Amino acid sequence: MERKEWPLWEVFVRSRNGLDHKHCGSVHAPDAKLALQVARDVYTRRQEGVSIWVVQADHIVASDPDAKPELFDPAEDKIYRHPTFYQLPDEVNHM
Amino acid sequence: MYTQALDIPQQSADKGPRVVENPEYQAEFDARIDAGGYIEAKDWMPEAYRKTLIRQISQHAHSEIVGMLPEGNWITRAPTLKRKAILLAKVQDEGGHGLYLYAAAETLGVSRDELLEALHSGRAKYSSIFNYPTLTWADIGVIGWLVDGAAIMNQIPLCKCSYGPYARAMVRICKEESFHQRQGYDLLLAMMKGTEEQREMVQDAVNRWWWPSIMMFGPHDKDSVHSGQSARWGIKRISNDDLRQKFVDATVEQAKVLGVTMPDPELKWNAERGHHDFGAIDWDEFWNVVNGHGQGNVDRLAARVKAWEDGAWVREAALEHERKRAAREHQAA
Ligand SMILES: [Fe+2]
Ligand SMILES: [Fe+2]
Repeated sequence: MERKEWPLWEVFVRSRNGLDHKHCGSVHAPDAKLALQVARDVYTRRQEGVSIWVVQADHIVASDPDAKPELFDPAEDKIYRHPTFYQLPDEVNHM
Repeated sequence: MYTQALDIPQQSADKGPRVVENPEYQAEFDARIDAGGYIEAKDWMPEAYRKTLIRQISQHAHSEIVGMLPEGNWITRAPTLKRKAILLAKVQDEGGHGLYLYAAAETLGVSRDELLEALHSGRAKYSSIFNYPTLTWADIGVIGWLVDGAAIMNQIPLCKCSYGPYARAMVRICKEESFHQRQGYDLLLAMMKGTEEQREMVQDAVNRWWWPSIMMFGPHDKDSVHSGQSARWGIKRISNDDLRQKFVDATVEQAKVLGVTMPDPELKWNAERGHHDFGAIDWDEFWNVVNGHGQGNVDRLAARVKAWEDGAWVREAALEHERKRAAREHQAA
């Protein structure tokens, strides 16, 4: 079968001002302009967004899921990074 | 349901339990499923899990896309502008559902073109419910009420299925389905307040769609071949028969309010079970339609293939336009 597929774009939508853009899915489109248009039709038919980002999927660099331990475990034993690590006298513990 | 053909025994694939490719990864995978956690696209997963998901999600996507056809049939003949706008929005939603789901399937390493090719060649299945014709305007109401109603019943548990991208697509879909069911019921209420002839149209549509709707839940649990493994994988959380019972129980009251009867003399409340009993399902008809013997199937696929082929020049031109633009930009730089 001949491959003439439109490239894949990842879609990020800001649902309202004050919030981050959040990944909500992907679309196929031949170029950036149409990717935005398609994303509008597919993901914001009910005012789910006020702003859309599209990024061509193969431009995204992702961490390797197999490297999860090396990347994320070192934070596990650093409990002193959390406020709850510090037990203060009762009178001031709400600090 | 929309993936009922999953219950069909496969000739080649899925022969017995899979070989464990990596016991350590497998153990991690099992533990995560058992803990009710999610598997994400790039995570390790057993090959059979991946294949089952591709099959289920794409079958579901195909059903949404083919499902646009029987209703699209009535867009130009909607009785009022209001009903036309509603139906357009509903059919557009179904197209959207298909797209969310194709995107979810693609995260498993299959291309959109491969998925469409499987549909167009007849290799992939879609829900047989969409092979029935929509004969009158009342069919549009009954599809919303019963067919989308049955779909909701089946799809809510999928919002918590173990594969993250599928679960998230389902959350989005379920949010939109409620509109589909309510607009259908609302349309029928309006017709029931109309003339005697309109009321007869509604009853006739109910008579034709009732059995196909409850068949949407697939074969009885004892005859369902893939359910056990799917339950183990957290893909299927509630059995076909339990979902069907839930649907029947919920629908009886709605029929009463509407003023129609179901074409099943054995449908009645069973106080002992706390559920409604209903008559035996004609599975021969079900398998006949699932396996694509019928004019409906031929017509639906032909319409799909024609739309795809007629659109080929647009897809090619758009790609070529972008290629030229990128080349110009490159030259200017
Ligand atoms: Fe849908
Ligand atoms: Fe729907």
